[in-house]
Amino acid sequence: MKIIVCIKQVPDTTEVKINPTTGTLIREGVPSIINPDDKSGLEAALVLKEQQGAHVTVLSMGPPQADLALREALAMGADQAILLSDRAFGGADTWATSSTLAAAIRKLEWDLIICGRQAIDGDTAQVGPQIAEHLQVPHVSYVSELQVGEKAIEVKRKFEDGWQRLRVQFPCLITTLKDMNQARYMSMAGIYSAYKQEVKVWGLADIDVDQANIGLKGSPTRVKASYTKGTRSAGKVYEVDPRDGARIIVESLKEKFII
Amino acid sequence: MDFQLSREHQLLATTLKDFAENEVRPLARETDEKEAFPVSTVEKMARFGMMGIPFPKDFGGAGGDNLGYIMAVEALSKVCGTTGVILSAHTSLCAAPIYEFGTDEQKRRFLPDLAAGRKIGAFGLTEPNAGTDAAGQQTAAVLSGDKYILTGSKIFITNAGYADVYIVFAMTDRSKGTRGISAFIVEKGMPGFSIGKKEEKMGIRGSSTCELIFENVEVPVTNLLGREGGGFGLAMKTLDGGRIGIGAQALGLAQGAIDETVRYVKERKQFGKTIGSFQNTQFQLADMQARTDAARLLVYRAACLKDAKQPYSTEAAMAKLFASETAMAVTTMAVQLHGGYGYTREYPVERMMRDAKITEIYEGTSEVQKMVISAAVLK
Amino acid sequence: MNISEYRGVMVFAEQRRGEIQKVAFELLGVGRGIADTLQEPLIAVLAGTHLTDAQAASLIAHGADRVILVDDPRLGVYMTEPFTKALTAVINAEKPGIVFFGATTIGRDLAPRVSARLKTGLTADCTALAIDDASRNLLMTRPAFGGNIMATIICPEHRPQMSTVRPGVMRRLEADTARTGEITRFACSIAPADVNVEILEEVVQKEEKKNIEDASVLVAGGRGLGNPENFQSLQNLAEMLGGQVAASRAVVDAGWTSQDKQVGQTGKTVRPDLYLACGISGMIQHVAGMEESGFIVAVNKNKDAPIFAYADIGIVTDVNSLLPALQEELSRARSV
Repeated sequence: MKIIVCIKQVPDTTEVKINPTTGTLIREGVPSIINPDDKSGLEAALVLKEQQGAHVTVLSMGPPQADLALREALAMGADQAILLSDRAFGGADTWATSSTLAAAIRKLEWDLIICGRQAIDGDTAQVGPQIAEHLQVPHVSYVSELQVGEKAIEVKRKFEDGWQRLRVQFPCLITTLKDMNQARYMSMAGIYSAYKQEVKVWGLADIDVDQANIGLKGSPTRVKASYTKGTRSAGKVYEVDPRDGARIIVESLKEKFII
Repeated sequence: MDFQLSREHQLLATTLKDFAENEVRPLARETDEKEAFPVSTVEKMARFGMMGIPFPKDFGGAGGDNLGYIMAVEALSKVCGTTGVILSAHTSLCAAPIYEFGTDEQKRRFLPDLAAGRKIGAFGLTEPNAGTDAAGQQTAAVLSGDKYILTGSKIFITNAGYADVYIVFAMTDRSKGTRGISAFIVEKGMPGFSIGKKEEKMGIRGSSTCELIFENVEVPVTNLLGREGGGFGLAMKTLDGGRIGIGAQALGLAQGAIDETVRYVKERKQFGKTIGSFQNTQFQLADMQARTDAARLLVYRAACLKDAKQPYSTEAAMAKLFASETAMAVTTMAVQLHGGYGYTREYPVERMMRDAKITEIYEGTSEVQKMVISAAVLK
Repeated sequence: MNISEYRGVMVFAEQRRGEIQKVAFELLGVGRGIADTLQEPLIAVLAGTHLTDAQAASLIAHGADRVILVDDPRLGVYMTEPFTKALTAVINAEKPGIVFFGATTIGRDLAPRVSARLKTGLTADCTALAIDDASRNLLMTRPAFGGNIMATIICPEHRPQMSTVRPGVMRRLEADTARTGEITRFACSIAPADVNVEILEEVVQKEEKKNIEDASVLVAGGRGLGNPENFQSLQNLAEMLGGQVAASRAVVDAGWTSQDKQVGQTGKTVRPDLYLACGISGMIQHVAGMEESGFIVAVNKNKDAPIFAYADIGIVTDVNSLLPALQEELSRARSV
């Protein structure tokens, strides 16, 4: 069987700090990683490769430095790596991103597409289902377990209050959760041969896509404004009675969107 | 001279760091307190190909190099000195001499299992009366038909009991002095070969350091490593490589101690400020980091020379000497900068200090390293 | 796409096993405000099977001007394609300017599919919604970058403007049974081919306890709570906040809870969005394990407790009196 795993290179947002003077994000020095939900999807695909000889292609849309994430995927055991990179793809929202990825996928042979549920920078969880819509195939999101048969995949799909076990025929797409497995480390042998393999780079000219649907211009949504939540300024201490204390806490939680 | 790590080594550094943080760090304290050999960690290391990094794929290795291997020892040692030495002894002192001096048959017989971590290796040279004076071997091997009969004992052997493959040195011809020593591959399970007393140590307490006892062990001639009488030279060459591994262990301990200290001094407040804002703390840390970086360059250089198949014995000795002394000084200062808390086992620096001491002693004491270096200097 | 043709604020009223979910009422709460600002109607869409007028009435009581019922046997249990087909049909027929979904596992599965089918934009997990005075566009504010930044998103040239909205953030209106509204039944036939996934098994089950490292909210107890019973009562507060209970070393050593709940140098390092330290003094070994939390609230009766140097909000008062008051305030703030 042929599997395509879509991965995204993201900054490790747990390592991101806020500049105390300017209040902006400090992005330099923040390590880039394979998005955790995607990495678990890749791990699931690699298990299928071990168990059933599945062929695993890793696909990523990103700037040239996303090559590193693809090398990592190759070192983990992926068979083929493709980087979709072109200035024209930049600034894309999820519609444009999913359109671009779908266009690339149309050039490949596949039975199953695996996407991570959501990226830790965008946090939308939209690209996977939207790719499925563009390709007009069924999708199942929030997959925590999977088993592959001849013509279909059986998955456990999580809800807040329980789960379903579903069977979906190929071709189809699933989105995976990072707690579905523990992704393997790159093997030592894989690392030493990672740069000896080819990472195909596809630009606008290599895929068949309507330019009205890609990049910043092709994005129905755009960012109007963004701001950091502020640096941690010195805290405030209140000597008050319990009732007032409770009120102060609830107000501050509301302000911070925690409740 | 390119001081940049190659892309492969950068990728390696990332994965080693993750592995050490996620798999090794959580067990470090227990490994030390319970003197427990980290069996599950070694299994994981094996799974990802860490037990045979510098050996070719043909022999089941990762097809990597010595630089990558010692980076692994360094990364592991940053969080756990025990785990670092397990890898070092296995790779440099057992798998490497088989790779470098073994016959094709011996390589095919032993390397795949060692490189895959299915078998663990050890090195038996030291005896109760032969430490720095390694030539004073008492263990004897007498040729009898198609086997050698091995009798004697070894002490302070790292990985003993858990290892399956042991490079053991014995006198085959006492009249020839050092030229009468031979090297043998002794396997766990050979009748008459047993593990004796386990040492209770100051540091690297999870490392299994025991006596080896040989009571008329029959070792087939096909297990003679190198030629008869060539054992001492083989041992010395092997230790040259092992020195780089210990240098890497010391380097890891030093850097790990610095990293812990940096975290602590940014949090701990006295006199209304973090202790990291006091100049003494800053200057000590500057010293610690500069010396550790110097140690890193020495250790990495020695590894690169070995990879380039250039002579590296003196450079390895310098690396081991400097890195181990640095580790001792840095870990001691790390405890000092932690103050009273650093002396408690809640914080890892006291363990790092206890672990560091042995790096100045084993695989050739600092004094031995000075002998090696001065011999080269005064040539 | 002619934007001027699109009018009205639509809310997907999520139901599971016939029960309308809380988030649906929250969406009506915020939708009511948006609809009033735009002077456009607020429409709730309820898709399911055996739908009743009573269900529609509750949606009207919570603010809907109209309720559209899409009743089909194939909409009993949630499945992506039948629901996508139904919602898309309703939206194409009604042409609302705005559509809200709850950012639940269903909402975050359905909304992207619907928005892609409609070739319009979707903004995920919004925590604030407003109308821009000048353009009358919907301003959708949401956390991004792992919660490190807030971004305001617009969808100026496509309709409908769609958002999934974070549950538990918006305020529902108090039910007003005197409100009236229109109930329509929308015919949308779901074909067998639309049921493109086979449901083999369905289980309703509470989520198992995870690690404290995974919690987005931690309510941590220290020795200042006085006794194990007070520590146990932290559980209610933790549940209210959708989080878990954690502990200082002192409390674990005293046997009030297990080691896996311990935060600190010899325990776990955590970085939840909210860390509520109750009766914890804040020794450096503890602080080392929670310093990086998003928002730290500390309650301790000793004003010199070191924890206050690390807290964003510190309350110097008796923690055991504050906790019940806090639970009351929270339930008051949540529902009306």
